[in-house]
Amino acid sequence: MKILVCIKRVIDYNVRVQINREGDGVVTDGVKMSVNPFDEIAVEEALRIRERGEAEEIVVASIGTSASQQQLRTALAMGADRAILVETDESLQPLASARVLHKLVEKEQPGLVLAGKQAIDDDSNQTGQMLSALWGRPQATFASKVALDGGKATVTREVDAGLETIEVDLPAVVTTDLRLNEPRFVKMPDIMKAKRKPLETIALADLDVEMPPALEVGAHMPPPQRQAGIMIESVDELVNALKEKGVL
Amino acid sequence: MTRVLLIAEHDGAMLNLSTAKALSCATAIGPTDIAVFGNDAGDVCAAAAALSGVEKVLNVSRPENAAPLAAVLAPQIAELAGDYTHVLAPSTTFGKDVMPRAAALLGVPQVSDIMTVEGERKFQRPIYAGNVVTEVSVPAGCIVAGTVRTASFRAASNSGSAEITEVSTGAGLPDHSRYIGLEAQASERPDLQSASKVVSGGRGVGSAENFALIYSLADKLGAAAGASRAAVDAGYVPNDMQVGQTGKIIAPDLYIAIGISGAIQHVTGIKDAGTIVAINKDAEAPIFEIADIGLVGDLFSLVPELEARLG
Ligand SMILES: Cc1cc2nc3c(=O)[nH]c(=O)nc-3n(C[C@H](O)[C@H](O)[C@H](O)COP(=O)(O)OP(=O)(O)OC[C@H]3O[C@@H](n4cnc5c(N)ncnc54)[C@H](O)[C@@H]3O)c2cc1C
Ligand SMILES: Nc1ncnc2c1ncn2[C@@H]1O[C@H](COP(=O)(O)O)[C@@H](O)[C@H]1O
Repeated sequence: MKILVCIKRVIDYNVRVQINREGDGVVTDGVKMSVNPFDEIAVEEALRIRERGEAEEIVVASIGTSASQQQLRTALAMGADRAILVETDESLQPLASARVLHKLVEKEQPGLVLAGKQAIDDDSNQTGQMLSALWGRPQATFASKVALDGGKATVTREVDAGLETIEVDLPAVVTTDLRLNEPRFVKMPDIMKAKRKPLETIALADLDVEMPPALEVGAHMPPPQRQAGIMIESVDELVNALKEKGVL
Repeated sequence: MTRVLLIAEHDGAMLNLSTAKALSCATAIGPTDIAVFGNDAGDVCAAAAALSGVEKVLNVSRPENAAPLAAVLAPQIAELAGDYTHVLAPSTTFGKDVMPRAAALLGVPQVSDIMTVEGERKFQRPIYAGNVVTEVSVPAGCIVAGTVRTASFRAASNSGSAEITEVSTGAGLPDHSRYIGLEAQASERPDLQSASKVVSGGRGVGSAENFALIYSLADKLGAAAGASRAAVDAGYVPNDMQVGQTGKIIAPDLYIAIGISGAIQHVTGIKDAGTIVAINKDAEAPIFEIADIGLVGDLFSLVPELEARLG
């Protein structure tokens, strides 16, 4: 079986994001970029599935500028076999990304697609679900456990009420939640080896994807800020302060 | 003419409070119907019909709808959406799972986590873990598909009496996805997402056993119990207690953070709380930058003292 893993280049989660001067985006110049953390978990899960002998090949794919090669190389260094970059200077919204990924799925015919549950830049939480809709295949979102058995996957999902289990026929799309696994560290020799692994670049225009309607994105603003309140010294003061606010 | 379809969230017996909150967003846009996908979920339909501001409840009852499988519900949502200008769901794990699948079938973009309604097709939503708010507009000609950030809206009240109509969907449904079950933590405490008070513990609590301190204070206050991701990852508590960007986004009147440092991913989940109290032994902890009341000290002495003081 072949596994296709979707990875997105995003601002590293440790960066304090700044709105740009024009107020129409965020500052990216000189900012640390990383593989979306949920996608790193998706790569790790693919590797574990292959290590169990349940998959033969792991292909990682990203849609983005040529700089996304860096993140694809990271995934190759983790252990993926080859990479595909769909190159574009535009930043695509989830429905457009899902259509592009659907094209790749038709080409590659994977038995399983792994994606993150959300990209931590736009926090959309849509692409995996949209891809599975376009593909007409099952989705298992927010996975914290994935077990494959023949043509089926049993997936434990982190839902608001607890842990839900569903069974889906393969091929399917699974999106990862944080507790699915802990991604391995990449070692220096693996980074060297990854440089020789195949990375194919396809221009977005060459994929012939019909671009769907997109949201118009307007002003970027800071969220309503909470101010620091008072510091108190004792439990008595705390109880009094809470009573004053009428919350006790 | 604007007509909004809101997808109800429920467990077959009870309507989830997220529906009443999302309804306040929906009615700010226009006249709203609620669709209940279920299998003989009559009580849920009745609860939905009692919400104020609802025009009509669509009862879509069929055996396949017994469990909330996105692959089964999405084609039916897409089918019903044809009669509406907007289709919304709460931005809970239920809505996040099903709505993008329906939007893709409709061929329209989705607005995730609507915080404010700026116009019929214009909304504000959070990005970058809530560190930035952005305005997005849905182009003319598209059905508006969206999920509603429930912490941004007050629940609609219960003074309505909408008509309930049976609706059948003709969409062919896939059988490639099967629901196995839900492992829910039985808890006597109030539900985290609807509780007016929440007491949360973090890594500082130190162990699953020590969480008894948190539960005990929560019970004294009649509060729900929550946790940081670090506490969940360390195995102190189950995942459904996680508050934050990738857990639950909540807006209680009172939030008490105990042994929680205040990482942005946690804070984004509590920004809309009324009063935030932080108890932490580190005076420099970032949680104090957003807390209304901060108390520096050891939680192992302060929490029992607070509980005792509450009488
Ligand atoms: C993509 C992503 C998503 C995330 N989503 C979430 C999320 O949804 N929710 C979330 O919470 N986190 C989330 N995180 C993790 C987040 O970044 C932090 O790691 C986490 O919130 C830290 O939890 P904590 O405050 O309990 O632990 P720590 O940061 O370790 O803080 C523990 C605190 O306890 C205090 N303490 C220790 N002992 C005592 C004592 N005896 N008395 C009083 N105080 C004491 C310490 O001073 C410290 O401030 C996410 C991270 C990523 C990368
Ligand atoms: N440009 C992209 N390239 C590759 N994968 C993507 C891209 N955008 C989104 N994805 C995948 O879809 C997941 C969810 O993204 P989103 O719907 O934007 O929150 C991400 O974690 C990725 O796995």
